[in-house]
Amino acid sequence: MKTFIAKRLLLGILVLFGVILITFTLTRVIPSDPAAQWVGPRATAEQIKAARIELGLDKPLYIQFGKYLQNLLRGNLGYSLKSHQPVLNELKTYIPATMELVLLSTIGAIFIGLPLGVMSAKRKDEWVDHICRFFSVGAVSLPTFWIGIFLQLVFYRWLGILPMGDQLSMNIKLMYNIPKITGFLTLDSLITGNFIVFKDALTHLILPGITIALYPIGLVARMTRSALLEILNEDYIRAARSYGLPERMVLWSYALKNSLGPTVTVVTLSIGYTLVNTFLVESIFSWPGIGNYVATAVISLDYPAIMGVTIFSACAYVILNLIADIIIALDPRVRI
Amino acid sequence: MFGKMFSPEVLKPQIRELKLSIYLLNKNKLTRLSMITVILLIAFAILAPFIAPYPSHIYGIANPQDKLLPPSAKYIFGTDELGRDVFSRVLYGTRISLQTAILAVGLALLIGIPLGAIAGATGGYVDEIIMRITDIFLSFPPLLLAIAIAAFLGPNLQNAMLAIAISWWPWYTRLVRGQAVSIRERQFVKAAKAIGTPHFKIVFGHIVPNCIAPVIVQASMDLGGVILTAASLSFLGLGAQPPTPEWGLMVSTSRNYFLNAWWYSFFPGIAIFITVLAFNLLGDGLREIMDPKTRKY
Repeated sequence: MKTFIAKRLLLGILVLFGVILITFTLTRVIPSDPAAQWVGPRATAEQIKAARIELGLDKPLYIQFGKYLQNLLRGNLGYSLKSHQPVLNELKTYIPATMELVLLSTIGAIFIGLPLGVMSAKRKDEWVDHICRFFSVGAVSLPTFWIGIFLQLVFYRWLGILPMGDQLSMNIKLMYNIPKITGFLTLDSLITGNFIVFKDALTHLILPGITIALYPIGLVARMTRSALLEILNEDYIRAARSYGLPERMVLWSYALKNSLGPTVTVVTLSIGYTLVNTFLVESIFSWPGIGNYVATAVISLDYPAIMGVTIFSACAYVILNLIADIIIALDPRVRI
Repeated sequence: MFGKMFSPEVLKPQIRELKLSIYLLNKNKLTRLSMITVILLIAFAILAPFIAPYPSHIYGIANPQDKLLPPSAKYIFGTDELGRDVFSRVLYGTRISLQTAILAVGLALLIGIPLGAIAGATGGYVDEIIMRITDIFLSFPPLLLAIAIAAFLGPNLQNAMLAIAISWWPWYTRLVRGQAVSIRERQFVKAAKAIGTPHFKIVFGHIVPNCIAPVIVQASMDLGGVILTAASLSFLGLGAQPPTPEWGLMVSTSRNYFLNAWWYSFFPGIAIFITVLAFNLLGDGLREIMDPKTRKY
């Protein structure tokens, strides 16, 4: 088990190194000049030259890469070309809002997607299965960005029952001051006992939450269904049934437990996908998270910011994969 | 080299298999529906210039007097902020989306198949190096990589295609490698080796043609995901640029107007949805037929 984890960890580090190498190389082959961007559009040639030396862009590529890695290990992701602020600090302010969405969608994936998949497998080829399948395939085929806009149209413009975007209403934002304890707005307002803010934050979470949760719900439902179907054909399930065990027990305890491997993998995978999907959704809902941050960085080619978010997402992804591997390895059949 | 592969004698069992597959695909209602939709979409893509009621609205020409009109008999999907017919543009979008997806997948295949075949057929440290590189690519979401690459390459449709291909090829490499490893042990490869056929010729003359079928199936199943990725890139401003009638881009521009012109974002979005759904359902059906465990006669 220990060597297995060590091996996985090593692969994870290799992956991160690969990601950093690829993105770093890309930033250096692009035609735009970071030094010119750093000093702004009205800079003189001397100023650009000075900026190039300041940013270390005059040195050979491998030295630049070494320097970048060195800084990275110290937690320095460089400075945003646009705001001139450390990228790490900017990420820190944006990450909690994104995590709120990601967590919500994961809860949805587990508590809606999983039962949906089980129901679908249990009633294979019946109408329940058809509806579940159509829903799950539909959910992964929906363009996330479009469903966000569509929900805004229906619930904000036509029905007028939910806010269009942002984390809080303008008046609430001006009236109350929520101290940052965890960084999660809903949690912070709950801790401080400010229920007005909590309720407002919750209503603001609904639309982006649904938008972002649809994909993982569909993915998990689909995976659970196919994993379960394979298990339900096994002899030991038939044996359990022939013993007269209640169907509920066979399904939820015997079959589901054994199909959890692929399901756990897909849940962790879907967290990674959700993280990337926030890039598309947050800008629609003016949600102050890293997705919104990277969407603006991408347009202005603020490469330290893009790299920062890429590295953060890759780190999250590697850690999630590691967790999935460990959970699966707890299964005695996989244990090496 | 390929001449013998396609002789009627050799193809007989394959044709029988194909007929059976088509029969099975046709039996499932949902799959049949998706197959019809895909065929219709391809027809739309090819015939777009003849069906589109306002071909001149695709690029350029603005009719400010008709801007943001709701759906009517004259403009069945309404018009956009420049007074262009949304229906014509969505129709042309089929062309762009399918083209982008097929080219991107094709490019990914072009990188992925040779690498996988070389890795599987050669083995040893070559295999190890190639597969560890694919592991790196496979270990995070393709959309993230595509966004990063497209951002750095510069925003246009060609670069978006390239970005998708770069983030997609490892899937095919892995698939082909698995096939190649088993084909490597077959008699005809050993015979070719014994008579001194050069390694290069064995890889591309014997191994690649024999492991191409499952890869093509996988690739066609991936088209839905690729179309969605391409649309997402365009939505972020990293793919097609105006005035290209690309669906993702149309949804993106419509964001400034959709509160008062629902049709502008609704129709391009539903077009993406139907296309991706059709490809995904077809892929699901294909997978069920290919997998003997779920295959039903």
